[in-house]
Amino acid sequence: MRLDTLSALNAERAARRAALIVTDPGDGSQRLVRAAAIDADPLGPLLRERLRSGRSGLAEGPDGRPVFVAVHAPPVRFVVVGAVHISQALVPLAGQLGLDLAVIDPRTAFASPERFPGVRLIAEWPDKALEEIGPLDAYTALAALTHDPKIDDPALVAALRADCAYIGALGSRKTHARRVERLTAAGFDAAAIGRIHAPIGLDIGAVSPAEIALSILAQLVATLRKGRIEDRIKAPDAARAGA
Amino acid sequence: MLSTEDDILRAAEGWRREGRAVALATVIETWGSAPRPVGSHLVIDGDSRFLGSVSGGCVEGEVITEALDVIEDGRPRTLEFGVADETAWRAGLSCGGRIRVFVERID
Repeated sequence: MRLDTLSALNAERAARRAALIVTDPGDGSQRLVRAAAIDADPLGPLLRERLRSGRSGLAEGPDGRPVFVAVHAPPVRFVVVGAVHISQALVPLAGQLGLDLAVIDPRTAFASPERFPGVRLIAEWPDKALEEIGPLDAYTALAALTHDPKIDDPALVAALRADCAYIGALGSRKTHARRVERLTAAGFDAAAIGRIHAPIGLDIGAVSPAEIALSILAQLVATLRKGRIEDRIKAPDAARAGA
Repeated sequence: MLSTEDDILRAAEGWRREGRAVALATVIETWGSAPRPVGSHLVIDGDSRFLGSVSGGCVEGEVITEALDVIEDGRPRTLEFGVADETAWRAGLSCGGRIRVFVERID
């Protein structure tokens, strides 16, 4: 690989932009394709599919020769809104999955380092905290877990606007119905609101905070790995509401 | 997606900028239960220092030896490892899988 290609790749990664490296293993020829340039590339549809699935691998090039496509998608960040009991259970599990976790909660009694040792913890309202974390993007997952609309809603609004990879909100169906009303009044249509997984988590009958944390992360992984467009994990009624 | 090869690629760039000779090894294909996924990297310098992993330790020694040749002549190579491979007794994958590794020089 040429050093300038490697530098350009690392620059894309540092900026949290996806990029692909296409290599001919036969002769070693290589090129960098930035996410924004995929559609203009001769391998456009293939590269788009690779980026969507996040899977690197060998494929057939335009002239029938094999090419290796390396997908470099930014690491997924996980923003947890609410320094609550479930969030405490989420911390070790999310770490095992390699998620870059941040917990935000303006209530300093909850957002204390004693409760969250070794975690990036921001005791601010979401708008302020998200400024500090950096802009939300398509490689960010967000879970709103406070039960308090004053805290959860601004975070959910920011996540919807940023087209986050995964958005979930804790609360019963009744709570979510009221949330849908507020977000509709704020100008979001049913398709946008349907992107929120609520009640959050896969239905595994979770009861304890650790089990709920597991159900949330299982849903997050399913959404990231299986693609959020054909989200077969999502309950049929939620899928309809999002249609 | 859920983990990152970021540090290895950054190290590869940093090492080269320091003037070290550098090769990059990448897992390009796996069969069966391979220890590291496609896209995993190992970066090697001319003094056999390395970072990252293409097999969780099973065949790294062999890859490093080949990488030194790649550093020498600049010609990229594709290596294959597996229990069915004739090199299995010295560099085999105990998991029973097979992997193909592309090794290239950073120029």
